[in-house]
Amino acid sequence: MSGYLLTHLKQLEAESIHIIREVAAEFENPVMLYSIGKDSSVMVRLAMKAFHPGPLPFPLLHIDTGWKFRDMITFRDAFCREHGLRLIVHTNDAPEARALHPVTAGSKTWTDVMKTQALLQALTAGGFDAAFGGARRDEEKSRAKERVYSFRDRFHQWDPKNQRPELWNLYNGRINKGESIRVFPLSNWTELDVWQYVHLEHIPVVPLYFAAPRPVVERDGNLIMVDDQRLPLDPGEQPQSRVVRFRTLGCYPFSGAVESSATTLPAIIQEMLLARTSERQGRMIDYDEAGSMEQKKKEGYF
Amino acid sequence: MLPESALIATDIDAYLAQHERKELVRFLTCGSVDDGKSTLIGRLLYDTHAIYDDQLAAVRRDSERRGSTGGDLDLSLLTDGLKAEREQGITIDVAYRYFSTARRKFIIADTPGHEQYTRNMATGASTCDVAIILVDARNGVARQTRRHSFIASLLGIRHVIVAINKMDLVEYSEEVFDRITEAYGQFAVKLEFTDLRFIPVSALHGDNVVQPSPRMAWYRGETLLHYLDTVHVSSDRNLIDFRFPVQYVNRPHLDFRGFAGTIASGVVRPGDEVVALPSGARSRVRTVVTWEGEQPEAFAPMAVTLTLADEIDVSRGDMLVRPENLPRVDRNLDAMVVWMADDALRPGRQYWIKHAASLVTGTVASLRYRIDVNSLQRQDAAALQMNEVGRCLLTLSRPVAFDAYRQNRATGAFILIDRMSNVTVGAGMIVDRVNAPGFLRDNWDDDTFAAMQAQRSSQVTSAERAGRFGHAPLTVLLTGLPGSGKTTIAYALERRLFEMGRAVTVLDGREMRTTISKGLGFTAAERSENLRRAIDVARFMNEAGLICICAFVAPSAAVRERARQAVASERFVEIHLSAPLDTCRAREETGSYARADTGELLDFPGVSAPYDVPAAPALSLDTASLTVDECVERIVTVLADKLDPPGLVRT
Repeated sequence: MSGYLLTHLKQLEAESIHIIREVAAEFENPVMLYSIGKDSSVMVRLAMKAFHPGPLPFPLLHIDTGWKFRDMITFRDAFCREHGLRLIVHTNDAPEARALHPVTAGSKTWTDVMKTQALLQALTAGGFDAAFGGARRDEEKSRAKERVYSFRDRFHQWDPKNQRPELWNLYNGRINKGESIRVFPLSNWTELDVWQYVHLEHIPVVPLYFAAPRPVVERDGNLIMVDDQRLPLDPGEQPQSRVVRFRTLGCYPFSGAVESSATTLPAIIQEMLLARTSERQGRMIDYDEAGSMEQKKKEGYF
Repeated sequence: MLPESALIATDIDAYLAQHERKELVRFLTCGSVDDGKSTLIGRLLYDTHAIYDDQLAAVRRDSERRGSTGGDLDLSLLTDGLKAEREQGITIDVAYRYFSTARRKFIIADTPGHEQYTRNMATGASTCDVAIILVDARNGVARQTRRHSFIASLLGIRHVIVAINKMDLVEYSEEVFDRITEAYGQFAVKLEFTDLRFIPVSALHGDNVVQPSPRMAWYRGETLLHYLDTVHVSSDRNLIDFRFPVQYVNRPHLDFRGFAGTIASGVVRPGDEVVALPSGARSRVRTVVTWEGEQPEAFAPMAVTLTLADEIDVSRGDMLVRPENLPRVDRNLDAMVVWMADDALRPGRQYWIKHAASLVTGTVASLRYRIDVNSLQRQDAAALQMNEVGRCLLTLSRPVAFDAYRQNRATGAFILIDRMSNVTVGAGMIVDRVNAPGFLRDNWDDDTFAAMQAQRSSQVTSAERAGRFGHAPLTVLLTGLPGSGKTTIAYALERRLFEMGRAVTVLDGREMRTTISKGLGFTAAERSENLRRAIDVARFMNEAGLICICAFVAPSAAVRERARQAVASERFVEIHLSAPLDTCRAREETGSYARADTGELLDFPGVSAPYDVPAAPALSLDTASLTVDECVERIVTVLADKLDPPGLVRT
């Protein structure tokens, strides 16, 4: 700390803690979206730092589609137990949702029903007026313009033309009854920043990020892991054991693996830095149509 | 590949150790629509290898589809995000981009050049250390160049790079570069940049952006990226004045009570004596708590939790500071405001004001002037429209602790929030305290008139003057609603007294407003100040031996009482001109009542503000039933005793 200089990670950390505290101070009933991924893990750590030595003054919320990797659920439960975190798990169990199968429904319908609608159900049921999300601006072009506080109307809708200007670190948290905000404390972090922070702070992450032999099938150039018996196999399709890992985690039928030998954090970071494709490429939901992320956000997706 | 690719590939641990020490620098890019801003950012990202192959492939596809660059890679497409904007070919909001070099991580605030989007530029600039102002070499310093430069200066950016772009289209001419540099330099002397550089670039071809240009050998300066990589921004931080806005009181159990917040400026250590503002309660810092453990010291902009040695009352919105280094604590703010909403800023309206961790209501007491952002000229204005900048006086519902924005961005900035829509409608920057006008403070108590008179070395006494004129001096206050006949009666009274051989003059409210009180508004505080100034003038006239007839609405009984005390009772006569409100309305010729009814004039006595009827005036005249002459005669009668006090020696 010589010369009173903060490294960029320490500065990002301080800015994120400021945002998290501000929401806790100004909102009546916040909740933190917890997706079990590396970004969520960093966000939860920042929240723990913000309120140390006290506990988090809000619960975590996981939207479980029922098709997450088994390792994710195991990790989630152990992590929350270890840190005494309050966790709400919500799954859309409306009859039409239960009738859906991710593979036959396709990623667009699946995301809409099991993620977007499920999220809105959980937010409404909990009466939450602020929801933290781990999205970063560097993930996708339309995210670059997202505010730290993203204002939603009574129907959880996002209007890109009607967002409030955000100056200095003076966040405007004034809302009317029934309205809410989404808050993105990691807005200014990049993928590298997140990984490096995980590394420096020894933050535990789901083992799926590390390379290991896993049973996969290759579909349209994507390596899909056969995480359980529910994944329908085409005639003649035979899972093969390949050494793979995941750059992003979601519902396993939609999460493409990459072949890799990276078994340590530095090796993952090295691979990421040398990679020439962005992390969202393995996430199939972005490929539905041009500007798709924007459309999903308008409908209430995180 | 990244410039550090060799290290990444061969020694990732060494790379991580290096990356861990990077400094964060935020910069803003601003330019007019066709100055090539998006291309410049695209060029920076592309040349620093911050673009992935799949993103690049998408841009290549789009470039071909649009054909705007004749099949070449259109780098501007890397940064245009929202669909509608992409289709219009312009950026219409602030977008943030990220890249890093071996030394630094950069955050780019990409703000639009469109005329109507001043607000977005102010938003982007609010967090930046450095601004890159783009100038099209073919057009030189344009109207918008001046506008962008002014806003960057207003928002406190000290480091500015003027990137003279499209040098390829002026044959890389040194003469063109020199001409623009000189023109900009002349304009920029009015601004507050401490570090101004000029770099000739071609974003399209990459000249002097990341790589030095072989086509401009005459330019011996550094490249844009080299400047960004080395500009010294850490000394811009204020590490002198400790300011800690309490953001969150952390009380997990009875044994721990911590004050969580981000250090706005300065340094703090355990044992430091602190004062909580605005209460003034004192204590000492016991511990500086973080997740990593207790710290021997912490500094801006760290987010920490402080515990204090004593159980003093501190809550969110309070500020902890050092007793020997205090900010100003006041309900009144003098600030530059950038207006950001369709609905104009109008004096008199109430807003939420968010400043540091406080949220208070406040009124814009007056709009002193508007600044033409192109010419930097000050203009009178009744309202601030969207994208306009003006100097305002605000009165808050309770005091806050603040510094001038120039000294302290974190404690000198605030936002205005509309109370109905909850939208952020304005951004304010508090003006230097030494230049702050004192007139919103209550100056009545700080009356120096008598002390100044005592120091005068005049060799003429008051008694001698009274002897010469044949009467004692007097201040006659005619108070009443607008339209009650104050000015008419004042001048008729002046004529009558003059004909009686008295030395007399009139001081009219309207004259004060257009001269000595120019710029003052009409809130209760400002009316009070206006009368205080008038009373000072009247006292000078009294000292000169004159009778001064003051025609003022003077709606507040308390303020009139202060006027009486300031002048001294024996020299002061209060006369109330009363008439029914309807008569006043009918008589008032300038249309003020109608404007007050519609809300255009605020704080208007009799309509939207109270008028305290004097309880014990020397005389109360119903000007609806009495003629002007009758009023004058009655006043003359009342004044007679005071004008000819016993013991007056005529000379």
